[in-house]
Amino acid sequence: MSLLRSLALVIGLLVVALGAGSVPAAAQNDTESLRPLINALADGKYKETEKQIGDLAATGNPVVAPALEALSDGDLYFRKSDKQVFITSKSGEGYALTDPLTLESAGEAGKREVSKIKVNNSLRRVIRSALGSLTLMAADPKVRKEAAEAVFKAKDPDAIEGLDTAIAKETNDEVRLVMEQARAAAVLNSDRSDGEKLEAVEVLSSMGNRDALSLLIGVRDSSTGDLQAAAATAVKRIEKTLALWDNAQNIWYGLSLGSVLLLAAIGLAITFGVMGVINMAHGEMVMIGAYVTFMVQEVIRNSAPGLFDYSLLIALPLAFLVSGAIGVGIERGIIRWLYGRPLETLLATWGLSLILQQAVRSLFGPTNREVGNPDWMSGAFEIGQMTVTYNRMWIIFFALAVFAGLMLVLKKTPFGLYTRAVTQNRRMAASMGIRTPWIDALTFGLGSGIAGIAGVALSQIDNVSPNLGQGYIIDSFMVVVFGGVGNLWGTLVGAMTLGVVNKFLEPYAGAVLGKIFVLVFIILFIQKRPRGLFALKGRAVEA
Amino acid sequence: MMTSFLFRALDARAGLFLIILLALTVAIPASNLLLPETSPLHVPTYAVTLMGKYLTYALLALSVDLVWGYCGILSLGHGAFFALGGYAMGMYLMRQIGSRGVYGDPLLPDFMVFLNWKELPWYWYGFDMFPFAAIMVLFVPGLLAFVFGWFAFRSRVTGVYLSIITQALTYALLLAFFRNDMGFGGNNGLTDFKDILGFDVQADSTRAGLFIASGLALALCFLLCRALTRSKLGKVLVAVRDAESRTRFLGYRVEHYKLFVWTISAMMAGIAGALYVPQVGIINPGEFSPANSIEVVIWVAVGGRGTLIGPVIGAVLVNFAKTWFTAALPDIWLFALGGLFLGVTLFLPKGIVGTVSQGWSALRQRSASAAYEAGSDEPPGSPDAPADVSHKRASSDASPQPAE
Amino acid sequence: MSRQTSLLYLDGVSVSFDGFKALNDLSLVIAEGEMRAIIGPNGAGKTTMMDVITGKTRPDTGEVYFNGVVDLTGEDEAAIAELGIGRKFQKPTVFESHTVWDNLELALKAPRGPFATLFHVISGGEKKRIEDLLELIRLGDKRNELAANLSHGQKQWLEIGMLLAQDPKLLLVDEPAAGMTDAETAETAELLKDIAQTHSVVVVEHDMTFVRSLGVKVTVLHEGSVLAEGSLDHVSADERVVEVYLGR
Repeated sequence: MSLLRSLALVIGLLVVALGAGSVPAAAQNDTESLRPLINALADGKYKETEKQIGDLAATGNPVVAPALEALSDGDLYFRKSDKQVFITSKSGEGYALTDPLTLESAGEAGKREVSKIKVNNSLRRVIRSALGSLTLMAADPKVRKEAAEAVFKAKDPDAIEGLDTAIAKETNDEVRLVMEQARAAAVLNSDRSDGEKLEAVEVLSSMGNRDALSLLIGVRDSSTGDLQAAAATAVKRIEKTLALWDNAQNIWYGLSLGSVLLLAAIGLAITFGVMGVINMAHGEMVMIGAYVTFMVQEVIRNSAPGLFDYSLLIALPLAFLVSGAIGVGIERGIIRWLYGRPLETLLATWGLSLILQQAVRSLFGPTNREVGNPDWMSGAFEIGQMTVTYNRMWIIFFALAVFAGLMLVLKKTPFGLYTRAVTQNRRMAASMGIRTPWIDALTFGLGSGIAGIAGVALSQIDNVSPNLGQGYIIDSFMVVVFGGVGNLWGTLVGAMTLGVVNKFLEPYAGAVLGKIFVLVFIILFIQKRPRGLFALKGRAVEA
Repeated sequence: MMTSFLFRALDARAGLFLIILLALTVAIPASNLLLPETSPLHVPTYAVTLMGKYLTYALLALSVDLVWGYCGILSLGHGAFFALGGYAMGMYLMRQIGSRGVYGDPLLPDFMVFLNWKELPWYWYGFDMFPFAAIMVLFVPGLLAFVFGWFAFRSRVTGVYLSIITQALTYALLLAFFRNDMGFGGNNGLTDFKDILGFDVQADSTRAGLFIASGLALALCFLLCRALTRSKLGKVLVAVRDAESRTRFLGYRVEHYKLFVWTISAMMAGIAGALYVPQVGIINPGEFSPANSIEVVIWVAVGGRGTLIGPVIGAVLVNFAKTWFTAALPDIWLFALGGLFLGVTLFLPKGIVGTVSQGWSALRQRSASAAYEAGSDEPPGSPDAPADVSHKRASSDASPQPAE
Repeated sequence: MSRQTSLLYLDGVSVSFDGFKALNDLSLVIAEGEMRAIIGPNGAGKTTMMDVITGKTRPDTGEVYFNGVVDLTGEDEAAIAELGIGRKFQKPTVFESHTVWDNLELALKAPRGPFATLFHVISGGEKKRIEDLLELIRLGDKRNELAANLSHGQKQWLEIGMLLAQDPKLLLVDEPAAGMTDAETAETAELLKDIAQTHSVVVVEHDMTFVRSLGVKVTVLHEGSVLAEGSLDHVSADERVVEVYLGR
């Protein structure tokens, strides 16, 4: 166990050191001055080696870390001819040489030309703490912080002294806090006095995250007396705060799922909700939008790689136009013959969805297509104890923006006015000179186009395959029906509610069962309120 | 009372259909078992099984037509009842395996041993007895349909709303049956059956027997549907389909009628599923997939909804085409199926049988009125025989109307 | 007139849809055997009133009693129809894919449950009754015609026939003369007067000539409540009625 932990520490430090090694330009000048110290390792017994390691560590320059690391791993050799020290790796019969300071390749050497610098376990321990204090005292605060975090994970009691020195020297408050926490973790793992451990519990208790919690639970379960009581109190405190953060995280996940549902359903809210056309090929409009994104990225990759970060922005209008145009085509070609026959429309559009799926499958193949995330869509940041990924965050913003844009179009533009007029009283609208067939086609096109841009967003979080749309169609209908047909606000509230409810159910019931519960809930809900959450009342509804 | 109820079911057309169906039910297995393989009339066993499968599909289509064609309830979830009937039969077949499974456990099916289960879940009790399983084939789909229908029809969920929630129903079941801890074999479902009622499921004679059972079940259910739809109840159903609220204001409790016919239909679908499973040798959650249920609807639409012969013809034709396409031109099949959905709804809304019989009765009407004008003393359709009248009108009577 | 002696009794009935008051404190009493005409401009609440009586819409407040004792607000459409209230819609609604004969057979007073209809065999008495109705609504030679093939006027008559087949105590008739020729309108008025001999009837109508030819008490609805009541001459002399209709 402790071996594993130290390994984790070493690896962590190595990563940090390598990361740092490429950064500091100022340190570059001193690099060569370090060479004699390194080369000194070439001769000497264990005892001297220990001193030499101390000297290297005392420079406080992280550049020496790889050499120490290699030494610990038994990969540090010296060339017999000139007593130059190299990091080596096996290469055929001989060794590939790497300069220990610049980390540049330094040719190869035969088996006989080099000799290994010997280490034993006690030396390895020295190296480890040297490496620890080395990075803990690096010039870059980021490196110091990461080093401290690595110690925290490893909980290595040997690192306590190094930490003490580092804490004493530390000027950055944030880094010092992390170091103190790391020290606390190490103290709890050591055989130090209960007094010190109580202090450490205090430190961890105020740290208040999951890592601290698991440490404290360990302490609570393995100690006695005051220490156990203190740990137990701390555990309770942390669990309470964590529960709050858990809820926040669940809500966030729920909103994220809700925004995906909203994106998928919002086009349907127009075609089904506003126009009353039941379009089972809606999911395929989403799928087509995702494939447009894929094609845009393909073109960019081949001809203008620099534009990759803008690929989504380019794909948005294109997806809208492509899906929208297909939507207009569907309306003119099929749906207009079936107005007033919703069940037939359902069947015809289902047939259409089969055709579109198979067409995409024939064109692009049945497998998933790779759609990349631009830089600004990848990664994550933390708020308190919850993690927020950028792609989810942007999708929430995007879904809300699409919703707001759609509201604007429907409420504030002449087109929206005509649409509402036609859906409320077709004959009256026609007699006022509105070209109702065109409004029908354009409204349907708008709904489909929005499905297309939803596809752009969904391509970032879902597999882009011909079946993409099918996964969303039932959910989308559920959202629209749940929210209340013909009511866009209902769709918004419906999507977010279902998303959040789903995510709160998941921890108790599991993802699949949670989803089943939500479906059953909606089925029951529709029985209770057949017209949805925000139903329109009155005679007009019955007609 | 009962006899008049059943006799009402028969007329020349239905009789002809039944005679053909029963003749095939006897002839096909007979040729398989009695004729030598070299004979040109010999039907190979795989074809018997395939056609047996078509018959169960036809029964499923018939059950969908009963609710859709006659009562205007478009179910996109009948596959759920079919699959539940199939699972009930599958559970019986699983328990028949006994200790012949891979793990040789006398009580637990293989997948439970694999999941490290120690005892049989309570809902598997009794399925070692065929009569119990047979009752469950009817009871489970019937109960689900009754409970679902009770809520849905009472709160007057109609039209596409109902269609969508039936779809959600089967989707929820799909997800549920994929779970291993449901105790129905998860992903893989139930398979590797050995025997049914003591007969080897692989044997030619058993296959023939299952084919005959499917044919008989279809014939009986056809008769039942015929009797239902030609009774006054059938007229009420059509009334509900065409003008639901009018029917209500006449004092009929529409929800009771819907619930009645919905539950019967679900049980028929369950029988179809139960006959399907031993013939194809497997039942898995894929049968719950919403796409399957919608496909059934298109069989009905192709054949002609609101006619009872139509769905049978539609199911056989479409599935024959499917078998052929998926073997010869697999990439084209979905295009063809999609095209079928579009073509039938746009150009052939009455389906094959509906369109043909409409043409036929128009022709007959013309000659009848010609005879009337020529001085025939009997006006077409005498008032003394109203039941007979409606039968003469049956073709146009049954012409599909959109539910809304 | 008190609730107990009335056939239909509405008191203080209000219904609102999303803030819009379709009925506002409406009170109306129909006596046994009475025929009443109800007029009012569009949106006066005539159809909503019918909906409330037949159980399609639940009133927010107010009482609705039939026969003096039966509270209609707690019953659904089917139960109310079985109690003996028949309704004819504004737009003629018949079962278009059934024959005229079947339409009447379905409407005929008989047990309404699914099992009763499943095993139902038509009796001689029922046939006789249908024959009589066919005579009355003058569709004898159309008995085997699909209802879909009837003219607009014939559908109106068929629907009235179906209403009578139910043998209700009270008929609610919504704009029976709408879309009819003058001759048909006159015949319809005669038919209704015949019916009124043996039933109570409430007629909603726009056509003043038609209402005049009925010669019965008139209730004027406006904005969901009763504006005036009395003979047609009496109400048409009423200032407020003139104002509502002419929009002075």
